[in-house]
Amino acid sequence: MVAIDFVGVTKSYGKRVVVDGMSFTVAPGECLGLLGPNGAGKSTITRLLLGMATPDAGEITVFGVPVPARARLARGRIGVVPQFDNLDHRFTVRENLLVFGRYFGMSKREVEAVSPSLLEFARLENKADARVAELSGGMKRRLTLARALINDPQLLVMDEPTTGLDPQARHLIWERLRSLLARGKTILLTTHFMEEAERLCDRLCVLEQGRKIAEGRPHALIDEQIGCQVVEVYGGNPHELRSLVKPYAQRIELSGETLFCYAPDPEQVLTQLRGVAGLRLLQRPPNLEDVFLRLTGREMKD
Amino acid sequence: MTEGYMAVMPANAWNWVAVWRRNYLAWKKIALAAVLGNLAEPMISLFALGFGLGIMIGRVEGTSYVAFLAAGMAAVSAMTSATYETIYSTFARMGGERTWEAMLCTQLTLGDIVLGELAWAGTKSLLAGTAITLVAATLGYAAWPSLLYALPVIALTGLAFASLAMIVAALAPNYDFLVFYQTLVLTPMLFLSGAVFPVGQMPGAFQQVSSLLPLAHSVDLIRSVMLSRPAESLGLHVTTLCIYAVLPFFLSAALLRRRLMR
Repeated sequence: MVAIDFVGVTKSYGKRVVVDGMSFTVAPGECLGLLGPNGAGKSTITRLLLGMATPDAGEITVFGVPVPARARLARGRIGVVPQFDNLDHRFTVRENLLVFGRYFGMSKREVEAVSPSLLEFARLENKADARVAELSGGMKRRLTLARALINDPQLLVMDEPTTGLDPQARHLIWERLRSLLARGKTILLTTHFMEEAERLCDRLCVLEQGRKIAEGRPHALIDEQIGCQVVEVYGGNPHELRSLVKPYAQRIELSGETLFCYAPDPEQVLTQLRGVAGLRLLQRPPNLEDVFLRLTGREMKD
Repeated sequence: MTEGYMAVMPANAWNWVAVWRRNYLAWKKIALAAVLGNLAEPMISLFALGFGLGIMIGRVEGTSYVAFLAAGMAAVSAMTSATYETIYSTFARMGGERTWEAMLCTQLTLGDIVLGELAWAGTKSLLAGTAITLVAATLGYAAWPSLLYALPVIALTGLAFASLAMIVAALAPNYDFLVFYQTLVLTPMLFLSGAVFPVGQMPGAFQQVSSLLPLAHSVDLIRSVMLSRPAESLGLHVTTLCIYAVLPFFLSAALLRRRLMR
């Protein structure tokens, strides 16, 4: 049985179509990333999945349970890490777990039985009696993750799990998420953060304006869509530079003030540009950012 | 449509307790300040009006004005504490504080959450009302055994006003809207319901309006209990309060579904 099945799901708010005929599946134990800029419909998809919004058309099931009709049953098997912190700031770390466990019908004893291992997992063993207001951003996000695991869910739904965290905190979250995948949990992750998608996701759906514009394994997507090295050019007059390197590049994209040259032989492009004063050049392997730029003509970053 | 509405109804008879306990835990941390805050306003009204005006007024309906007012204030304190809890604290939890957002990701339905919040607001009005009646009984303005009957009425009053306020919270675009409810609905109701002066003092049209107001029914009940009078139309009063507690619950659940689960 698939973990998540979306078939032709559409959701509009007024005249604005936020999710447009979306279909995708997530297999048990898989990490699927929904990748797209703000406004692509990622958060709406997670709301639909939890039964917090009703689709205008299409079918949604979670482990075979129809949503939203039986959303409550489905939510019993889902843990949620929301985009914005919704911990209880007046409470301690321990109290947050207790209160949240009760929302799942757990007794105090049941919560106390699982709390130590959750706190250890979240690296918060020493913070059990600290108030949430005293925690750093990374600790709060880890507590949210521990809280999401209190009902021992098979599926984790994470909306931008590392947005707003510093690199160190972000790496710790990624490491924790990989250990959950190793334990066989299924993860649906939304992100606009390319590195996160490349590191964690088995498969990606690239979204734009509520539509799926590409789907596949991260590296397969990069190979298919780009398949060559990239030279980034900062400075100079982009339009003049474009004609200068055109013969040597497969494709050229201009985004903001940066020129992206996709070249099977980047050395030739670099040779052409080294003569021009005042340029900064960067040669690098292609990534998902390039895929998004290719598919939509714009960068993922706002 | 109906199916969607049924999905937000309480999942079972006990889920709401988890919401009540969350609010109780939060309240426990600030209990002393909260109790003092709850008590100050009705006590000040009781003593200032009761003794100040009481000197000029003499006896009302065959009793001292303070005793007459004490019963009114018990009902009013139930009304205001349930209302404030709902339109301020609950409104914050359903919006900016994101407490409800977290709850909606769990085994709780929207109906469970609303019910838990109403029960909590009812509990707070019971606390406030109890304090007033205790003071009144200590000062000899109410018979001690009567408290046993007054407290359930106070709790029911709290539920009714919490339920009404939940509709307001469900419709309110912002805090300013909530102030309108206080000034344009609750304040007139306070004066039309016989809490501070007998309903019989008003012109007939006002008396008819009064007979529809939940606070009027609450005041009548609590006053006859506290002053050990024979309760007239007991069934009517209790039924009216129950209707005010139950119908707005279903309406507010529908409105909140439209607001939060679009």
